[in-house]
Amino acid sequence: MQAMMEKRAKELLADGTVNRVLGWSAGEFPYDITPAVFETAKELEDAFVYNDFCAANLSKYLVKESRKEGKILVFLKPCDTYSFNQLLAEHRILRENIYVIGVPCYGKADVEKLKAMGIEGITGIVMQNGTYTVETVYGDQTVKAADAMAERCLSCKSKKHVVYDELLGDEGEVDADCNRFDMVEKLEAMTPDERFAFWRGELSRCIRCNACRNVCPACTCEQCVFDNPNSGVSQKAAVTSFEENLFHIIRAFHVAGRCTDCGECSRVCPQHIPLHLLNRKFIKDINEFYGDYQAGADPEAKPPLGTYDKADREAGEGGRH
Amino acid sequence: MQVNEYKPKIVAFCCNWCSYAGADGAGSARLAYPAEVKIIRVPCSCRVNPMFILRAFQRGADGVIIAGCHPGDCHYTSGNYFTRRRMALLFSMLDYLGIERERTRVEWISAAEGAKFSKTMSEFAATVASLGENKRLEDLRCKQ
Amino acid sequence: MKKLQKTQLQPFFAALAANASLYLPVDNEVGKAEFKKWQDGVQMSTALNTLRSAKDFFFPQTENLMEFKMEGKRIDVIDTREECEDFVLFGVRACDAASFAILDRVYLVDPVDTYYKNRREHGTVVTLACGRPAETCFCGTFGIDATDPAGDVTAWELADGYALRANTEKGEALLASVAALLTDTDTAEVEAEQARVRAILARLPLSGLTTEGLGEGMTKEFFARPEWAALSEACLGCGTCTFVCPTCQCYDIRDFDTGHGIQRFRCWDSCMYSDFTKMAHGNPRTSQLERFRQRFMHKLVYFPDNNDGIFGCVGCGRCLARCPISMNIVKVMKALKKGGAEQ
Repeated sequence: MQAMMEKRAKELLADGTVNRVLGWSAGEFPYDITPAVFETAKELEDAFVYNDFCAANLSKYLVKESRKEGKILVFLKPCDTYSFNQLLAEHRILRENIYVIGVPCYGKADVEKLKAMGIEGITGIVMQNGTYTVETVYGDQTVKAADAMAERCLSCKSKKHVVYDELLGDEGEVDADCNRFDMVEKLEAMTPDERFAFWRGELSRCIRCNACRNVCPACTCEQCVFDNPNSGVSQKAAVTSFEENLFHIIRAFHVAGRCTDCGECSRVCPQHIPLHLLNRKFIKDINEFYGDYQAGADPEAKPPLGTYDKADREAGEGGRH
Repeated sequence: MQVNEYKPKIVAFCCNWCSYAGADGAGSARLAYPAEVKIIRVPCSCRVNPMFILRAFQRGADGVIIAGCHPGDCHYTSGNYFTRRRMALLFSMLDYLGIERERTRVEWISAAEGAKFSKTMSEFAATVASLGENKRLEDLRCKQ
Repeated sequence: MKKLQKTQLQPFFAALAANASLYLPVDNEVGKAEFKKWQDGVQMSTALNTLRSAKDFFFPQTENLMEFKMEGKRIDVIDTREECEDFVLFGVRACDAASFAILDRVYLVDPVDTYYKNRREHGTVVTLACGRPAETCFCGTFGIDATDPAGDVTAWELADGYALRANTEKGEALLASVAALLTDTDTAEVEAEQARVRAILARLPLSGLTTEGLGEGMTKEFFARPEWAALSEACLGCGTCTFVCPTCQCYDIRDFDTGHGIQRFRCWDSCMYSDFTKMAHGNPRTSQLERFRQRFMHKLVYFPDNNDGIFGCVGCGRCLARCPISMNIVKVMKALKKGGAEQ
C-alpha cells in the first residue's frame, strides 16, 4: 500500500494536480510517525511511510493547509474521512484546494500495548501476515497484530470512506453492530457513587496539557474559551478537581453532535484517560434522544444541537438519565 | 430552635421575557419563594451555556435552575428548544459523571405564572436541601 | 557499600517511612508508574521510569505563593508558605537525578527561589541504576551514566538484593537510620551489573547521538535555520512534552479570585502554549514555529550559554514516548546537525 500511495503522490505532484502531499513521515523508531507535508518526489522517497503505526488523523491540518497556495493531496483513512466531512460542513476547510485519496485501514497498532507486554528496547518491527516480529535490544519477539491493536480500533464503527476523490485499495463497510458503546453502558449501569469514583480516578490524572483539545478535528475555534485569560479559568494549572471536571465536561460538550468518534483524544492523552468515553456518552444520548446520528457521515445533515423538534423530550426526562 | 439550619444556595437563570416577569408576578401577588434563590436575568434561556452552570457550582451554588418560556412561546421563536436539547445532554452527562443531576433543572414558567414560579422554586429548594451541600462540583478554593 | 536483601525490601521501606514520607514509583490504574506515597503493602513498580518526571517534588505543577484578603480599603497579604516536612524519594533514575542539578541552576541561584529551596532541603533522593534501558533512552548523550546515577544514595538492583552507596551526608544519615537491615559488601557485584547494563546501553539505537555542534554560542547559527518550519509544522501546540519533561522550568504566575480573597499561584507554563510569555504589549512569539523553536533552543543553546555548557536536556526519552505527533528533541538535534553539515 505504501508503495502505491507513494507512486500516486509522485504522479499527482508531477502532473501538477497538487503541489503538496499531506501524509506521514517515518521517525527514529518503527512506530514514532509524524504527520508531514511533502513537496517533492525526493522528500517522499526519503521519509513517506504508511503502516500500522500511522495513527494520526490528518484532517485537522487541512484547516491551515487548505488555505495555502495551490492544491494539497491528503491521504485519509476511513475514520479520518468523517472528520473531513465534518470540517467541510462547518466551513473550516476549503474543499477546492484539497485532493483526497482514501486509503484502507484495518485497525492501527498501539505501541503502548507492545510495551505493556514487556517488550522494550524496540529497534525494528516487521509487519506481515497479521503478525509483528518485534526486534529489540533484548531479542526478537513475535506478537499477533490483533493483540497490539489500538483500543479505539477494536470498536471501529466504519471502514468505509465517506468522502474521497480517489480510492486506493478496497472499500470497507460501516459496522452498525460495533461494540463502541459497551463501556458507556457499563458505566451507566453503575451507581452514581461508583461512577463518580471512576471519573475522579481517571480525571485526577489530567495534567492539563490540552493535547486532547489540540488534536481534536472538531476543536477548531480560533481561540478556545480555556485560552481566554478573561474567562477566569486556570487553563494550564492542574489545581482542583473542579477545574478538571469543568475542562473535560466543556470540551466534550462543545464537540457534542460534532464529534465523529475518531478517538484521537484518547490516543494522544499522555495520562491514558479514556476521554472518548465522554464523547461517546454524548453520541449515545443523541442517538437515543433525537434519533441515530453520525457526525461527518453526511456533510449536509443538520447537527443535532443546531436543530430541534417541537416534540423533543424535556431535559432530565426519561428514566434515571 | 435550630439557628444554623442548612439553607442551600440556589442560582436561578430566568428568561427576561417570561420567568423573570413571573418572579415579579409572584412578588406582586405576595407569593413567597425561598430567599436563598438568587435570580440572574438572561435574555433567553438559551443564553445559558453549560459553563455558566458549572461556574455557579464552583462559586458555591448547591443547585442551578434555568427558567424559560414554554416551548413555542420563545420571544426569539426557538431559543428554548435549543436550551432543551443542550440541557438534556448536559444533565445526562452530569449523571454519567456521578454528579447528582437533581441539582440542575429546567422549568418553563410564563410571565403570568407567578404561582408556578413560587411553587417551582420552593420545590427545587427543598430538593436541593435534601441533597445537602454540593460536594461533587465544589471548588475548595472558593470555600470560606 | 551496603547491601539489602530482596526479602528485606518492605521492612526497609517501612523503616524509611517511619522517619519521613517515602515516595516511590507505583503502578497506577492504567499500569503506568507514578510516584506515590509508600504505605504498608504498596509494591514498587518494575517499570523503567515514571510517566511524569520526579521534578514535581521540588517544583510542583501548581503551588500557592500567597493570598490576599480584602476588607474595604485594607489589603492583608498572607504568607502561605509552610516548612516542608522531610521526605525520601526512592527509585529516581539517573536522568531525573541529573535534572535536579539543572533545576538547581535555575532556582538556587540568586535570587533563590525559597519555595523550591525549602523542598530541596527536606528531600533525600535515593536513585536506582537502570537495569533495562529502553530505545528512547539517550542520557549518555549528555554525559549521564545510567549505571551510576547521582543522588544522596545510589542503589543498584542485583539478583538477590540491592547494593546501596551513600554519596552525601544526607545519604549517610539515611543509610545509618536503617543500618540494622544492611550488611557490608564490596563493589564486585555492582561492577558486574554495571558492565552488563553498559553493554546494553551501547546497543541502544540512540547511543551514537552526541551533542557535537550544539550548545554554547550557536544562537546565530541555529536561530534562522530553515529546518524549523518542517520540524514544527505538525506540532499541535499542546503542552505534553513540557509537562512530562524533567528539566522544563518555566512557570506562570496568576491570581485566582476565590470570591473572598485572591490566591496568587504559580503553575508550570509551556512554551508551546499561545499565551506563553504574553505581556501587556502582546506576545513576542506569535507563531507555533517560534514557540517550538524556543523550546529546543532553550535546551540546546540558551541554557548551555548561561550554564557553562550544560545542556537543558537529560535524555530521559519521555517526550519521545509521549508526543502525540512523535516530534521530539532527538529529531530536532539530528535535523539541525544534518542541516549544518549540508550547508
